[in-house]
Amino acid sequence: MYIAVKGGEQAILNSWRLLAEKRRGDARHAELSLAQIREQLGLAVDRVMVEGSLYDPELAALAIKQAQGDLIEAVFLLRAYRTTLPRLGVSLPIDTGTMRLERRISAIYKDVPGGQVLGATYDYTQRLLDFQLAVANAGPPTAAQESVQSMPPAPRVTDIMGGEGLLAPETPTPGDPVPRDLTREPMEFPADRALRLQNLARGDEGFLLALGYSSQRGYGNTHPFAGEIRQGMVIVEVEPEELGFPVEIGEIEITECQMVNQFAGSASMLPQFTRGYGLTFGACERKAMAMALVDRSLRAEELGETVTAPAQMQEFVLYHSDNVEASGFVQHLKLPHYVDFQSELELVRKLRARHAAHATVSLSPSAGAEAA
Amino acid sequence: MSTVDLSAVSRRQQWMSILASADRDALEVVCRPLGDLIRVRCQWLRAPETGLVMVRGRIGGSGAKFNLGEVPVTRCALRLQIEKNSSTGAAWVQGRDVHHAELAARIDALLQIPVHSEHVYGQVITPLAAGRSARRETAARKAAATKVEFYTLARESLAG
Repeated sequence: MYIAVKGGEQAILNSWRLLAEKRRGDARHAELSLAQIREQLGLAVDRVMVEGSLYDPELAALAIKQAQGDLIEAVFLLRAYRTTLPRLGVSLPIDTGTMRLERRISAIYKDVPGGQVLGATYDYTQRLLDFQLAVANAGPPTAAQESVQSMPPAPRVTDIMGGEGLLAPETPTPGDPVPRDLTREPMEFPADRALRLQNLARGDEGFLLALGYSSQRGYGNTHPFAGEIRQGMVIVEVEPEELGFPVEIGEIEITECQMVNQFAGSASMLPQFTRGYGLTFGACERKAMAMALVDRSLRAEELGETVTAPAQMQEFVLYHSDNVEASGFVQHLKLPHYVDFQSELELVRKLRARHAAHATVSLSPSAGAEAA
Repeated sequence: MSTVDLSAVSRRQQWMSILASADRDALEVVCRPLGDLIRVRCQWLRAPETGLVMVRGRIGGSGAKFNLGEVPVTRCALRLQIEKNSSTGAAWVQGRDVHHAELAARIDALLQIPVHSEHVYGQVITPLAAGRSARRETAARKAAATKVEFYTLARESLAG
């Protein structure tokens, strides 16, 4: 247990000043603007938004600047900020099927209505450092354009393959109830899938990536295929009471991943494919894929599978996915534990004294001879 | 609700969508030529307020609702009195920009006054809608250029 301490004000103030100077770095170089971070470190901004659970690129850029690029610290800043704002309402469920696509791929069907759209991806880059980027560039690069007015409609792959009954359908719960919200009520177990997905959506990418990977390597294997990954812009609508009809408040970028998993069937279900679902703010494809793997793993109990691996254990996953909580608990060890430690010191001294006394009595000359 | 009302609502939804998604600077530019009309004194029914909207998704895209995360939104409602015409405007705009929300609500109110509607629509909504379409088209053209036709490499028959 840590204790309250007093004093050190001047040292703390000076520590802030030192931090500010360190943050700024060598003043001979231009200071970063928020626009530069937002525009040129967009994937960092996206990660901070989804784990910070707040879609605000400007604030995420500020948080990244303030945290010197420490993304977990930036997530913390965004989470702290969101607590200062009132909740004005909830959106109508976003429709990912009508997304304005920037990227859309399926690893299970070659030819899908709407086509395979690579978008901006690192998948086909060679991972060789590009030294062109190390020098100030001549002019901004330009993307190729195809002469179309809009992308053709591209229904979700999982909706297309639902027909034969080979894929478990996803339909609203009867009555389409209001989902539980972990920002409003504590996590309770067993947590339903909606609550789990909220937790995973704001969960740490590294944690989910490792867990998803563990499930692929055999710790609760789920036989996944990337049924579809799509990324693009969706409209957000709210239905304000004073208006009585839905209005669009804007658009957000999201990434959706539908994992399709082999399922041998159970007493109550025919053999079919089941699903894992991942959804994130921004372009966070790795996160969305990992989330979908973990979502499917966490459905083990519901699908009658034996729970043996960490990725299948609700409490293990949901209690440890949040990097703000995890970081807080790990880092609280830096707080003064002087009193605790003093008592432990006393204890260890006593134990050692007892041990020494015991050893003097029990260590016979023959024991010394053995050692020799 | 009669069909007439429905079309009035859908028209209002359309312009509110365009006002909300407009870039704030672009909105200011198209509002400027309205002169006094955009500056007329208003009565706040709800002063601009920034808060959060919880964005919901559906599991698998079509299943049960769940909470994805929040988005900042600024809302306001106001009443304009221009000569004998009184009108109420509202705005729900993504982001934290109270000025954007105020302009959107003012335009929403003006568009509901028949004598000003056509002029304001042509001055404000038409160019903003064109700008949005152009931006979306450019994004679609860039995405379309990365569309790929994969073909599988079939294995040669071992029997042959």
